Amino acid sequence: MLDDFFFRAVLGGIGVALVAGPLGCIIIWRRLAYFGDTLSHSALLGIALALLFDINVTLAVFGISVAVSMLLIVLQRRASLSSDALLGMLAHSSLAIGLVVLAFMTWVRVDLMGFLFGDILAITPLDLAIIWGGGISVLAVVFIIWRSLFAATVSYEIATAEGLSPDHANFIFMIMMAGVIAISMKIVGVLLITALLIIPAATARRLSNSPEQMAIFSSIIGLISVWGGLLGSLEWDIPAGPSIVVAALICFVLSVMPIPKRQRAR
Amino acid sequence: MSVLKEPEMLVSLENAGISRSDRWLVRGVSMSVSAGEIVTLIGPNGSGKSTTAKLTLGLLQPDEGTAYRKPHLNVGYVPQKLDLNWTLPLSVNRFLQLTNRASRAQINDALASTDTLHLANAQMSNLSGGEFQRVLLARAILRAPDFLVLDEPVQGVDSNGELALFSLIENIRNTLNCGVLLISHNLHIVMATTDRVICLNGHVCCSGSPANVASSAAFKSLFGEHVTSGLAFYEHNHDHEHLPDGRIHHNARTGGEENIDA
Repeated sequence: MLDDFFFRAVLGGIGVALVAGPLGCIIIWRRLAYFGDTLSHSALLGIALALLFDINVTLAVFGISVAVSMLLIVLQRRASLSSDALLGMLAHSSLAIGLVVLAFMTWVRVDLMGFLFGDILAITPLDLAIIWGGGISVLAVVFIIWRSLFAATVSYEIATAEGLSPDHANFIFMIMMAGVIAISMKIVGVLLITALLIIPAATARRLSNSPEQMAIFSSIIGLISVWGGLLGSLEWDIPAGPSIVVAALICFVLSVMPIPKRQRAR
Repeated sequence: MSVLKEPEMLVSLENAGISRSDRWLVRGVSMSVSAGEIVTLIGPNGSGKSTTAKLTLGLLQPDEGTAYRKPHLNVGYVPQKLDLNWTLPLSVNRFLQLTNRASRAQINDALASTDTLHLANAQMSNLSGGEFQRVLLARAILRAPDFLVLDEPVQGVDSNGELALFSLIENIRNTLNCGVLLISHNLHIVMATTDRVICLNGHVCCSGSPANVASSAAFKSLFGEHVTSGLAFYEHNHDHEHLPDGRIHHNARTGGEENIDA
């Protein structure tokens, strides 16, 4: 079955959607959408370096994302610029450097569109192993640090005063984010990764009463979006990445439709 | 309590100061909180009360002097401000377990002590200001802390509730034998419930027992004669209480509620 490209795509997409759920919630709660964007833009630099040194693309993107996150932490402490300005600088300069490096490598023919919007056909069994291995590790770590991570999201000061060491949790969270960007790149592409993180979480908000519920619901909604998007892509011969994001958007629109008056259990 | 045994010191500041962009927020602050003691910080706006509390909690590191905190101190903290993001689906129940797990019974006890049991399943974003404060207090209490830091815990709480919450704080101190660091603007209640008052204005103006501080010249010049001269420990008893669900409960004997003595 792993020979079937569509099956591999679905399996990979589901792996990514499950991980994106809880992390997407944290991103929404902390208003970090632009951070996700920055990491995904810098992914292109990772791709360029991977091609230059002939190493695994996912690993290279992960490395660059971690490096950019660390650079951000350092700059936030030193520079007198606001975080959004720093993020904007990092995002676009790393994207530009990536494009420049690619342009210099005249000997490689790069399907840039594939990286920008994802390329389902390019998913190999090795990619699947990375997605599921990495994804399960990320989920396990998120599960372990969840209480600290969530407490720090609600109040950094309470979490610190009451001994939860939120700095560690935040640091680990950044690395997890880099991991998710790296493994979801092939599914939706560099430009649309943030959408896969944010839209399912935003959709889950309306349906949830607790943070844990929201995290689980956004994984499920992500899963539905991947499945629906891939079916649509097969049916109408449209690119898979954008198709998945559109499916997620449809879920979101459905979730904000007025619910017919019915007493909701509280 | 044994007279011979000194109560254990939980936190202490020694000549501590914090400076930001060449300006001292507080400087030369020396203070300590021991187990079983309620210490109150008073002072005008911008006098460094919250900053001092954060120094004792380790949220800020002193730029000058030292801050000591007993290792593995179990802390309960009610910050002055907590802005919740509306995108957080967060019930009161879940919020109470923010930093530690707790059983259903423990949660209900903590909520009942601050009169918020009926809000257990409400969303935090739907609470009124006073309800929110009570829930914050319930959360800190639930941890059964050794050291309780309350930064203006009764803001937005009506005056009856305020008295009840202060007597609750005294009760908690008595049952847990915890140290309490309190920041409050209500001088009347502060003077009635506190063991020690520290009067701040960028530095420690004066400190000591409530009676001593109230009569000191530094205190009078800081708060003005008209405020300090009328410091009576007023008491406010009703012959009935309003239960959280809206019912009214008549007390069998009037004045039977717990009094707050000076």
